[in-house]
Amino acid sequence: MQLTSKLLVATAKIISGYTIRWVDCLPDTCQRIYFANHTSHLDALVLWASLPREIRELTRPVAAKDYWEKGWLRQHIAKTFNALLIDRNEVKVHQSPIDLMIREMKDCYSLIIFPEGRRNPAEEMIKFKSGLFYLAKKRPDLELVPVYLDNMSRVLPRGEILPVPLLSHITVGAPIWLEKGETKHEFLDRARTAIINLKDC
Amino acid sequence: MLNLFNQFLWAFVDVKRVLNLPFDERTAWLIATVMLLLILASTAGKLLDGSSEQRLNTAIVRSFNQRIRSWWLMSAVLIAGLFIGEQGTVVLFGLIGFWALREFITMTPTRRSDHRTLFWVLVVFTPLQFFLVAIQGELFLIAIPIYASLFIPARIALANDAKRFLERSAKIQIGLLICVYALSFAPAILYLNLGSTTQSNVEIDAPAANEAVQKTPWSHVQDSDGHDINRNKGLLFFFVLITQLNDVLQYAWGKLLGKNIIAPRINTSRTWEGVIGGVATSALLGALFSWVTPFLFWQAAIMAIVISVMGFAGGMTMSAIKRDRGVKDYGTLVQGHAGILDRIDSLCFAAPVFYHLTKIFFTI
Repeated sequence: MQLTSKLLVATAKIISGYTIRWVDCLPDTCQRIYFANHTSHLDALVLWASLPREIRELTRPVAAKDYWEKGWLRQHIAKTFNALLIDRNEVKVHQSPIDLMIREMKDCYSLIIFPEGRRNPAEEMIKFKSGLFYLAKKRPDLELVPVYLDNMSRVLPRGEILPVPLLSHITVGAPIWLEKGETKHEFLDRARTAIINLKDC
Repeated sequence: MLNLFNQFLWAFVDVKRVLNLPFDERTAWLIATVMLLLILASTAGKLLDGSSEQRLNTAIVRSFNQRIRSWWLMSAVLIAGLFIGEQGTVVLFGLIGFWALREFITMTPTRRSDHRTLFWVLVVFTPLQFFLVAIQGELFLIAIPIYASLFIPARIALANDAKRFLERSAKIQIGLLICVYALSFAPAILYLNLGSTTQSNVEIDAPAANEAVQKTPWSHVQDSDGHDINRNKGLLFFFVLITQLNDVLQYAWGKLLGKNIIAPRINTSRTWEGVIGGVATSALLGALFSWVTPFLFWQAAIMAIVISVMGFAGGMTMSAIKRDRGVKDYGTLVQGHAGILDRIDSLCFAAPVFYHLTKIFFTI
């Protein structure tokens, strides 16, 4: 497990040449939700790999079950980075993905989520799904950390299999929390703006 | 006195035999000299950085220190190359070229439909070029300028996207040409057949015949065709050393005396004073280091002038590309990256010219 994990980090580094910059936020093992823009299949892997090792071990990317359970290799990779697989097709009332995430986080894990819900090839981010809001509401103690992934869409765009090893960059911004009396719409807008603001800093 | 010196040299040879160093004494001396220069330059940079003098601009000192660092890097690459052999050096240059092209393409906007062309360029053509250099054929001279250059527009056309077609083809072609093709001439120097003795040595050593050659500490290891690879290593070292020194010198002269800016819309720090000063001092240093090359001192000076002028051309070209893209350094484009392209632009431009001049005038 340790070996594959190291191999995976090295592969992510070679393919995407990532660098990570922490702006107004320091690496910490406290429980966090990292939420980022989503343009490529590699997003979750690269963001996970770029975290310092102690944090990486306590961080689980939330990923689509239908994609990561296809084939032996994907299953193995998903297991290595301890992905939390969510069934996108069958959302049940009593088994909502939010409840599953909160249960799986226990009192030590952090999560990586992509609130856009799907990979978005366009420059502009699409509207966020409401999951982030409900997470913030049910666990107000969590730090919600915005992350901007730059150039990943060029490394492995939607619909391609082979990655082009360009250089990508990750910017981690200041955490946000749900404000008192803030509506779902306002909060999600604020979260989206937090990522957009990281583009130019 | 001379005898003592000779004995000292012999002691050195014994050390070499014990350690089984894969290069000759001249190269060892060169490495020692370069290390000394580097330590001196680094110390000067550190002192400048620490000094509180107002007239020293911190940005200038930082820029100077960056150039010194890249010089350390290149020296490390070359010294590592001496130990791991020619093919290892080619691989190291291949990695540098790959990284430079990666920076170039990252900086250049491409369209979604260029993805597969870029895959070919970065993953296939780049390693292939250095492989062709390592197998010592003539194919490395034409693979990129002919075949890759024709392949790129054709592959883009197949992607079914006509928007700014010519511009997109040209961007990818020029990136591959400068970062990979031009750079690959540097390790190709290792495979030039320079013969077993220099022209100058032939004149001097001829009466002394074989025996004397055998006894001097400067005698060379030869392979079966009488091809002496150590001289090639020395020559490559000379080339990289002069290129890097010239970068530092042009910058230093420009800062000291620079008044007349050559092309202010392209680069505000390149001045005529800097270029002329850099060319002159490089020529001097070239002559001083002629003992590691097959050149006579005046030939080495001319080579250094050529390197210097080509290095200047490379710097200006890269500045123009950066200005066009609105970035200052390739390094700051993607935060935290060293910006290899900033450091090897002069190397890329000087390598093909240096290679061909040596091939035409100094090979057997």
